[in-house]
Amino acid sequence: MPPIISVSNLSKTYASGFCALKNINLDIRAGEILALLGPNGAGKTTLIGIICGIVNPSEGRVSVEGHDIVKDYRVTRSMIGLVPQELTTDAFESVWSAVTFSRRLFGRRDDPALIERILRDLSLFDKRNSEIRTLSGGMKRRILIAKALSHEPRILFLDEPTAGVDIELRKDMWQIVASLRASGVTIILTTHYIEEAEAIADRIGIIDKGELILVEDKTVLMQKLGKKQLIVHLREKLEALPSNLAVYDLVLAEDGRSLTYTYTTGHDGRSVMALLEDIAAAAIEFSDITTRESRLEDIFVQLVRQRK
Amino acid sequence: MNFRAVRAIYIFEMARTLRTLLQSIISPVISTSLYFVVFGAAIGSRISEIDGVKYGAFIVPGLIMLMLLTQSIANASFGIFFPKFSGTIYELLSAPLSFVEMVLGFVGAAATKSIILGLIILATASLFVPITIVHPIFMLAFLILTAVSFSLLGFIIGIWADRFEKLQVVPLLLITPLTFLGGSFYSINILPPVWRTVTLFNPVVYLISGFRWSFFGKADVNIGASLGATFLFLFVCLIVVWRMFATGYRLKV
Repeated sequence: MPPIISVSNLSKTYASGFCALKNINLDIRAGEILALLGPNGAGKTTLIGIICGIVNPSEGRVSVEGHDIVKDYRVTRSMIGLVPQELTTDAFESVWSAVTFSRRLFGRRDDPALIERILRDLSLFDKRNSEIRTLSGGMKRRILIAKALSHEPRILFLDEPTAGVDIELRKDMWQIVASLRASGVTIILTTHYIEEAEAIADRIGIIDKGELILVEDKTVLMQKLGKKQLIVHLREKLEALPSNLAVYDLVLAEDGRSLTYTYTTGHDGRSVMALLEDIAAAAIEFSDITTRESRLEDIFVQLVRQRK
Repeated sequence: MNFRAVRAIYIFEMARTLRTLLQSIISPVISTSLYFVVFGAAIGSRISEIDGVKYGAFIVPGLIMLMLLTQSIANASFGIFFPKFSGTIYELLSAPLSFVEMVLGFVGAAATKSIILGLIILATASLFVPITIVHPIFMLAFLILTAVSFSLLGFIIGIWADRFEKLQVVPLLLITPLTFLGGSFYSINILPPVWRTVTLFNPVVYLISGFRWSFFGKADVNIGASLGATFLFLFVCLIVVWRMFATGYRLKV
């Protein structure tokens, strides 16, 4: 299946000389949720800006369903909805007229039933006649989503949609994203909340200093780069590791009261069994066993640190 | 052609005018009435006629032109500057809109407002002095052409400006002086020959002269030159706007 968005050799250098994107190549699959992670200034928003037509690329090409975003901008932009990072809305407009305006901008015929449904889904319908300036930050964030959805896009870019949003609203957003994906919308989101990417994304892309470090299925990434730790709590203090345990990558705690064994997430578990058997063979008694699994955040930090 | 988008921008901009009725319509009408009282009644009582036209009536085209130029620039520049300032420009740039459609929406609305204002000022002036329009079709043509041209200039200023202060620079430091010195309140034929020649380099002279000709059938400069200058200005503004969109100047980074 051809990608819905294809980014080839894309670079962006601003007039100041700052290179925001360096030779980005990325294929986005139809119907997936791709989370783009990266530190501040990594180039995530620039990448989204170029695909949506807000930023001029310096080099490279982007196509949406095979249509070039420059030559066939009408076709490509009609397919895309954008929720920007900043809360940028027309303060003096009502919610209803702002969302209707967005639909008209995309050349779509007025559809009050659709606008009503979107506003109801986003819990905005009761506020439809309110001036936007009178609403809370969370409501304004929902309005931006409603505006982006008003022309029924097939691709939705969410640039840090949950920044500054309380946890309840954030979970609401996740549900909205999940229902959009269920309806076939391709979603690309940038976020600083790595647990957000972990919770809802199918694939993870990591951008750092304008370079796309990796793009990987979330589960594969967790298996390849994720770490698990088995911590064996000992009954009695151990002065040194017995020789039969030297083959394992074990760390004896400073107080001699625990052994920590680190292994990859994708491990089949046979070495764990062998380790426990060898511990028993060495006549070391333990009182408890705990495990700890690294999260996407750990992987992200590890990858970005490696580059520094 | 994305007509729905053009209509959406047009309606949005016109709605803004209605929201700010005091600033958009009433304030210019009051200012013009004050000009009329001061120049028409106070000074006009000492100047009987210019080119066979009563002074009170003579200044009406100049007054309308003064408001037309300043309001066209103000409306159009604010219309495009504010989305840039507030950040909502992202929506316009990411929509399937050509620059022609965006210009039609913004400039169309700004020009409409100016034309309505011009007609209101004309109606207000007719309360003070009897006015006859010799060439009503040309009067409307000049009104529309000037409103569109200066709305385009305003649009250019709105894109160029990166601070609110800059929106005022061109109207205050360039357009208003050129209009005052362009024969709004006098005929350039009463100037000494040297100053008359210098004044001919002021493009606003041609607009006011042509507009006044449509009212009274008398002009300071040839009517063909007036029409030519207006079209030339319109053409130059279109080229500048086209280049701005082609390069993304101060719209896209």
